[in-house]
Amino acid sequence: MKMTGAEMIVELLIEQGVTDLFGYPGGATLHIHDALYNRRDKITHYLPADERGAAHAADGYARATGKVGVCLATSGPGATNLVTGIATAFLDSVPMVAITANVGTDLIGKDSFQEVYISGIAGPIAKHTYAVRDIDRLAQTIRAAFEIADSGRKGPVLVDIPKNITAALCEFEPRQAAEPVPAEVPDPAQLKAIAAMIERSRCPVLCFGGGVVSSGASEELKQFIEKTGIPTCHTIMATGVIAFGHDLDLGMTGMHGSVAANTSIAHADLLIAAGTRLSDRVAQGRKTFAPKAQIIQFDIDPSEIGKSVDSGGSLIGDLRSILQELMPLVKNKDRSKWMADIRRWKEKDYFPDNTGDKLMPHQIMEVIGELAGPESIITTDVGQHQIWAAQYCKTTRPRGFMTSGGLGTMGFGYGAAVGAQVAFPSASVIHITGDGSLHMNMCEAATAVSYGLPIITIILDNAVLGMVRQLQWAYHKERYMATEPYRKTDYETVGKGFGVQTYRADTSEAFRDAFARALKNTGPSWIVCPIDKKEKVLPMMPAGKGVEDIILTQEEGGL
Amino acid sequence: MMDKTMIALMVENNAGVLSRVAMLFGRRGFNIDSLTVSATEDPDISRITITTTGDENVIKQIILQTKKLVEVLAVRVEDPLVAIQRELLLLKLRTTENDLTGISAICSIYEAAIVDLSENSLIIELTGKPGKIDAFLAVLKKYEIIEQCRTGVTTIERGEDAFTYQNRESHRS
Repeated sequence: MKMTGAEMIVELLIEQGVTDLFGYPGGATLHIHDALYNRRDKITHYLPADERGAAHAADGYARATGKVGVCLATSGPGATNLVTGIATAFLDSVPMVAITANVGTDLIGKDSFQEVYISGIAGPIAKHTYAVRDIDRLAQTIRAAFEIADSGRKGPVLVDIPKNITAALCEFEPRQAAEPVPAEVPDPAQLKAIAAMIERSRCPVLCFGGGVVSSGASEELKQFIEKTGIPTCHTIMATGVIAFGHDLDLGMTGMHGSVAANTSIAHADLLIAAGTRLSDRVAQGRKTFAPKAQIIQFDIDPSEIGKSVDSGGSLIGDLRSILQELMPLVKNKDRSKWMADIRRWKEKDYFPDNTGDKLMPHQIMEVIGELAGPESIITTDVGQHQIWAAQYCKTTRPRGFMTSGGLGTMGFGYGAAVGAQVAFPSASVIHITGDGSLHMNMCEAATAVSYGLPIITIILDNAVLGMVRQLQWAYHKERYMATEPYRKTDYETVGKGFGVQTYRADTSEAFRDAFARALKNTGPSWIVCPIDKKEKVLPMMPAGKGVEDIILTQEEGGL
Repeated sequence: MMDKTMIALMVENNAGVLSRVAMLFGRRGFNIDSLTVSATEDPDISRITITTTGDENVIKQIILQTKKLVEVLAVRVEDPLVAIQRELLLLKLRTTENDLTGISAICSIYEAAIVDLSENSLIIELTGKPGKIDAFLAVLKKYEIIEQCRTGVTTIERGEDAFTYQNRESHRS
């Protein structure tokens, strides 16, 4: 049947199973929004406060569901506002399709009003970008965009469509969405070789990352470590995949990882890196990271093998199938001496002080973990609160903790929470943020209020940009340049102005009370939690140093 | 000094594909010593030849990262023992009457052609392996170069085998 480009776009979204879309209209999207009007029974359109919010919401929706998140923006500034959100999704391998409308093809290249070359701008921060310039290629392009976003190592794909193409008529053939392409499976010889390396190892450690979440391999991973008895740590991207306090759990690894995790890696003779790219926040140096270990990598992306560490072996493919194939080839081995060493390192770990009357960051997180329940979804912004949330919330749900791990995007959390709450209307969605990050994207409170999304925003207010300030403490002799804004924002008034229910909690009891009440609200809440700016994120492994240099003390004074 | 590596890519002939390849090299800090691109026997496919410098890890990364680009259909390292390598040099020299005999003797040894002769200058054209062109330029060092232009290396392997690639039906990692 013949239809306009705009109608085709909407039909293609429906064909791909899209039920929710985060978009912001403009002159160039008029036809697309008009076509969405006709199909509003099939696709719910959510309007954020700005396009960045749309991109983060599509990202949060994708992280929460595993489906491709979709955002839509107009040409020019609408498109450029998506950029941070696309880059955030790219660095964390989140499947997303971003559709931008552009000026008509006769105006392209003439610096027309609201014209940018977004497919060029987004090129280096997306898995792929398309600039559609011919209506005959529109349908295949959008189908390819979804396939690319959702196959192999997932990621964001941008499709830029000029306005006249959204108005042009073309023959459209409906089709069923393509089945996902199965990832390759390692051959038996490779599997055997890796199993033999695991069998030989006397001091193994497994480190897993966001790949476990993407491939839905949490259950297989748990079986694998329990069968082999290999102690296990995770990157921030895999927070909540394995229950905290599990016997074999060493906690988080990396710059703010536990002493047990980092020391075990430093002494291991074998490190299995499963679904993690071992970024510089985890493997702080090619030569200094896991110096005694052979490193085995399980990854869906062959380019990760040997990229940041010297690889001693690898299996390429979907992590879930890799673990399934490997499971019958491995067995438990007595490593009591190694486990005794690890128990000793666990005792040396950092345990936060609980004695004072002041509200402490870890107490906030522990209360959240306790009251929010296993079905809750936590989103964070970026900074100290992000690491405290990862360390102390202790909820277990593989898609229940979302954070901008790769790009480190302040302002991610509120948009992501909107996306997560849209995907799971009855889940408790908790947005943990700091005063710095909140100022970057607090406008999304308007979105939460408009759609009655009961997102609970926890604001850890230390009045400073705590994480950068902590780096100035560690490396720049406490010369606190541009990190102590001491804003005069009255969060309770601002929150009320947006239509948010606000609370303030100065003590742990007050926080418990406020949080319990917020959990019952039908609309969004903010809980302002004043905390001491001197609180540091610990442990801290300084860049380029080893485990013997891990900082475990709150005392002021740098390195 | 590290050896130069020649990498050949078969890519979809789309607008923007060259900038995508160049952008990848730029953003990942890979070197481009030379780059050539042209159409092939199939109008939908272009061939890019890049010469680059880097250790084994870097070359491996270049291959794996370029393979991930959706429009890149095939990537391979060109084996210098099997690949015919050619580069074109155009060189404009300032000359006096006295120089002509010497220059034309050098040109005839290198099988270079003098393609333009003006009162005070001439233009030389030379085709060959990059090493030959380097040597030729070294010999001509004593003359004043007005302009110099090299195309970069393009390669093709000896024998009847073709550089095969599959048109992409699926897009993986």
